[in-house]
Amino acid sequence: MTDTGTPPLVRLTGVGKSHGTVIALRDVDLEADAGEVTCVLGDNGAGKSTLIKIIAGLHRHDAGTYEVAGEPVAFGSPRDALDRGIATVYQDLAVVPLMPVWRNFFLGSERRRGIGRLDTRFMRETTRAELAAMGIDLRDVDQPIGTLSGGERQCVAIARAVYFGAKALVLDEPTAALGVKQAGVVLRYIVQARERGLAVIFITHNPHHAYPVGDRFLILNRGRSAGYHGKDEITREELTALMAGGAELEQLAHELDAAGSTGSAGSASAARRLTEEAERLGLTREAE
Amino acid sequence: MTRSTAGPDAPTGPAGPAAPADERLARRSPLSGLLARPELGALLGAVAVFVFFSVVADAFLQATSFSTVLYAASTFGIMAVGVSLLMIGGEFDLSAGVMVTTSALLAALTAYQLTLNVWAGVAVSLVLTLALGMVNGLLYVNTRLPSFIITLATFFMLAGLNLGVTKAVTGNVASDSVRDMDGFDSARAVFASEVGIGDVEVNVTVFWWLGLVAVATWILLRTRTGNWIFAVGGDAGSARAVGVPVARTKVGLFMGVALCAWISGMHLVFAFATVQSGEGVGNEFFYIICAVIGGCLLTGGYGSAIGAAIGAFIFGMTNKGIVYAEWNPDWFKFFLGAMLLVAAMVNLIVRRRVERSA
Repeated sequence: MTDTGTPPLVRLTGVGKSHGTVIALRDVDLEADAGEVTCVLGDNGAGKSTLIKIIAGLHRHDAGTYEVAGEPVAFGSPRDALDRGIATVYQDLAVVPLMPVWRNFFLGSERRRGIGRLDTRFMRETTRAELAAMGIDLRDVDQPIGTLSGGERQCVAIARAVYFGAKALVLDEPTAALGVKQAGVVLRYIVQARERGLAVIFITHNPHHAYPVGDRFLILNRGRSAGYHGKDEITREELTALMAGGAELEQLAHELDAAGSTGSAGSASAARRLTEEAERLGLTREAE
Repeated sequence: MTRSTAGPDAPTGPAGPAAPADERLARRSPLSGLLARPELGALLGAVAVFVFFSVVADAFLQATSFSTVLYAASTFGIMAVGVSLLMIGGEFDLSAGVMVTTSALLAALTAYQLTLNVWAGVAVSLVLTLALGMVNGLLYVNTRLPSFIITLATFFMLAGLNLGVTKAVTGNVASDSVRDMDGFDSARAVFASEVGIGDVEVNVTVFWWLGLVAVATWILLRTRTGNWIFAVGGDAGSARAVGVPVARTKVGLFMGVALCAWISGMHLVFAFATVQSGEGVGNEFFYIICAVIGGCLLTGGYGSAIGAAIGAFIFGMTNKGIVYAEWNPDWFKFFLGAMLLVAAMVNLIVRRRVERSA
């Protein structure tokens, strides 16, 4: 999608960050280019949050370089990052549950007609259209966003970032609080965002969510890079092995199992793929 | 942080095998859409109270009685507008009741002591009352203490200042009469006159009230500021993350309460010419009750100015209806408390309904 000659949209080289005496992140490299998904994997405390906050403009790195399209940057606020086209979708999604979907979609960047007056028709229609483009068919954009499922809310947040001109999308554990089917829906939108030409940085602690969608994988462990590989350099098994936590995988197997038994409802194709992959890995069904 | 946080009720798809349809479909019938309106509970309550007093009090249905009810409703309704917006924004203002008195005293004392045109007092009062609202707001955004505590403190401070300063200046607990001063008649026309509609005299405060409700409703539903008010009350952290100026919005809301306090205060001055410095204590709860009966959630992020107006109307009907029914007015507070309880429970149900899957 891009010439190999042009610098990647987001590039971190030897980036580090300390909080007082605590070194949260040390010597990390990462690239994310348009039309690619870069996955950042790591267990709790591995430094994923710190890395995101640097990319998103919440923290300033104190070692290494952070380049956007080849230009070194040091963001002072998330607004700076947004202005450079780097949008972050946090785990809590930054939505207000009691507010209608369309108000949430435009919150903070409201479209107005004349002084102070909201262009409600434009915002309703745009919300509906943008969500439809992501494959979410909402019957009513006036319903409170809290009534949507977790996966749908995640997708609204992604669609919002894309609509407001994001070139790079940072997703903070978008599948962490979701069941398997919902996670499958979100993974599909990640692929869709990639196909729309965005650079996606996908943070997760689940290699089975990362592997099917990722082009590059950065594994963090205790604030350091424990491996940075292209998809052709690493197998799923190796990726899984690099991640800690056997109990977690066992639980995942149960969840994949559950998804398999509810059958093949429309959007579950990614989840099905995950199930097959898990079975190939030998994560067997203990319940039966 | 582990995957188990999803819990047993994680949305892993419909439970039954025969559920190919979207799981959202069952959730929103026209009825539940109506139930989700913040004003609905208040409207039903208003109808019930109206019917009740129409039956038990013969005088209640006369046009002049209705005008009296509207006047009572407006005196509290004006404040309920600012207070309801503030509550939608997630905050309380317990100083609102005495702030009305402070505002009135500021105008009366300034004009009388400096022998100015009363309009000068009105202007001074506007500036200083808005400044008081700003102090409440700035204290809140800078300390992050609960607004309940901050405005409880400013409530007592203002109550003390009202009495102390008035006594120090006039040697009395009330301000001197401004009735004979320049500009009194024109100011009275603006803030405290009776307007004839047909053969009924309606106090001008009713028009102030309805005007404020209209403006507040427009702000809430049709402006960016309104969007921000709902957002800072619903989830201040999320609002900040998407670029909403949370601090500015909250300070503005406290100043909105102050603006309403100024209008109410000016009515006090020009309706009675003197201001009792001990007045206003306890009224803050009536404003909050109007807002809550009208559907504002105590936790913020939900409610409407129209609902608060209906709440104030219920308040006015109950207040005067008890008189027309020739009951002991002591019962008024009992009714008020009971209505608050019912309204709060209705709100609880609404919130659960709206946030069920959140």
